[in-house]
Amino acid sequence: MVENRPWLTVIAHVVLLLGLLITAFPVWLTFVASTHEGTALTQFPMPLWPGSHFLDNYGTILFSGAKAAGGQPVLLMLGNSLIVALGIAVGKIAISIIAAYAIVYFRFPLRQTFFWMIFMTLMLPVEVRIMPTFEITANLGLLNSYSGLIVPLIASATATFLFRQFFLTIPVELVEAARLDGAGPIRFFRDVLLPLSRTNIAALFVILFIYGWNQYLWPLVVSTDPSLTTIMTGINALVRVPDSEPQWHLLMAMSMLAMLPPILVVVVMQKLFVRGLVETEK
Amino acid sequence: MHQSSPFNHRLLPYLLVLPQIAVTLAFFIWPALNAVWLSTRQEDAFGLSSEFVGLEHYIAIFHDGTYTRALVNTAVFSTGVTVVSLALALLLAVMADRVVRGAMVYKTLLIWPYAVAPAVAGVIWWLAFNPSIGVVAYFINILGYDWNHLIKARDAMMLVIFAAAWKQISYNFLFFLAGLQAIPRSLIEAAALDGASPFRRFWTVIFPLLSPTTFFLLVVNIIYAFFDTFALIHATTAGGPAGSTETLVLKVFMDGFVGLDLGGSSAQSVVLMVMVMALTVVQFRFVERKVQY
Repeated sequence: MVENRPWLTVIAHVVLLLGLLITAFPVWLTFVASTHEGTALTQFPMPLWPGSHFLDNYGTILFSGAKAAGGQPVLLMLGNSLIVALGIAVGKIAISIIAAYAIVYFRFPLRQTFFWMIFMTLMLPVEVRIMPTFEITANLGLLNSYSGLIVPLIASATATFLFRQFFLTIPVELVEAARLDGAGPIRFFRDVLLPLSRTNIAALFVILFIYGWNQYLWPLVVSTDPSLTTIMTGINALVRVPDSEPQWHLLMAMSMLAMLPPILVVVVMQKLFVRGLVETEK
Repeated sequence: MHQSSPFNHRLLPYLLVLPQIAVTLAFFIWPALNAVWLSTRQEDAFGLSSEFVGLEHYIAIFHDGTYTRALVNTAVFSTGVTVVSLALALLLAVMADRVVRGAMVYKTLLIWPYAVAPAVAGVIWWLAFNPSIGVVAYFINILGYDWNHLIKARDAMMLVIFAAAWKQISYNFLFFLAGLQAIPRSLIEAAALDGASPFRRFWTVIFPLLSPTTFFLLVVNIIYAFFDTFALIHATTAGGPAGSTETLVLKVFMDGFVGLDLGGSSAQSVVLMVMVMALTVVQFRFVERKVQY
């Protein structure tokens, strides 16, 4: 500290604690609402302290689902979200790392063109081109399938750039040494580059898992099959129940379950998460 | 790039870029070109044939009151989100930077909202502000304002701004904190020796040195507010009441999937693409400068 001003430090703590309070407050309300029975959530304001229906609500939602919204068990939705999130994260990393490898370590016609094509994907978020993307996915027969939920989202300029930047920092001597030892391009990739990229892959995985888990619009349009409902489209279905207030207790239990996995990932892997966030923005 | 190619292989590099390029072409570039094409065509009533209409759809959307309304909504929404989340995040980061003890704990406790899905962030604030059971709405009522985002346009807009800003604070906080910690202590000490108060030091030394971070975050936040908040709005107000929270991305979806207006929706897509391109170019030109700095 530059100088000792105790009252400023006190103010700093107060502001930070207020910040924490605002940040955590809606999640507390969500948790509280998820532990009451539906009828308790009609008074104004709703209770501020947890009720006794924690097991009831979570049991209902996990194993039999909300009747009003089609009644898919949330356990199934969580499973689908996990498959989609893993598929997107692994898919993006896999196709980006090999593309970056080709672009950095090989000279070939159209190399620059490919690089710019990958760059273009940054400028085309799915929300912007939703109609025609839906159409091509339908034409390829990918509607209502895991491939349809995953493949159209796995192109990644960010991941490709990250790996490209990283490969460029690897000394050329390493490649030459590997070549003198008789290693071909595939061997070099597998035995040298891949192990060196481990931290980058992990950091990227954290960010991309969250990205995949939180997908909303794309699953909403490509899957109408109830057995493919992800947790986000499930929440949408429960919000959208026509002509009634939502069933808050079930909706909030679902929201808790939807938040938990990505939050755990961020908190447990905080270092990797921060690294991934900062690296992907370069 | 490496000066000479370390490996000579004719087919292998193509095989390596193939998956990425195939996905890019099929699901990014082709749909984008298709949107441009569709935006110049008008389908007949049965969707059997279409004819070239030039810029008609573009002229039509800018004469459409609901489109200009969405344009204004988007401007208000993204300005609100950017200002609120940047200001709060900067305040928290400056405080966390001051605190020697517990800075890491605060950091851990502040960054997790990043992981909350936009849809969920919307839904949980929707509960807090709900006019018939929400705790926040209750306190606002006590203060003498009858909060109701279900019927009042301004309340609905404030709700989605607040929820979207809440989710983005953690991201901004991390970058501001990193930026603050990169400022050399000696500069701040020199200012303190010259008798500058903490408040003055912030505005004359710290804030100007932080401007690259601020500018970078400004662009990122605008992009976030424009495109990543679809779920947040769709899962809560769904653009209502009476279109008062309908942003541009929401309208593309509504007109395309609900209204089945292919040409109009495509023209809107193209306008949005131009906007993202402009923002991305700004972002990347800035990144070049950040490297120097």
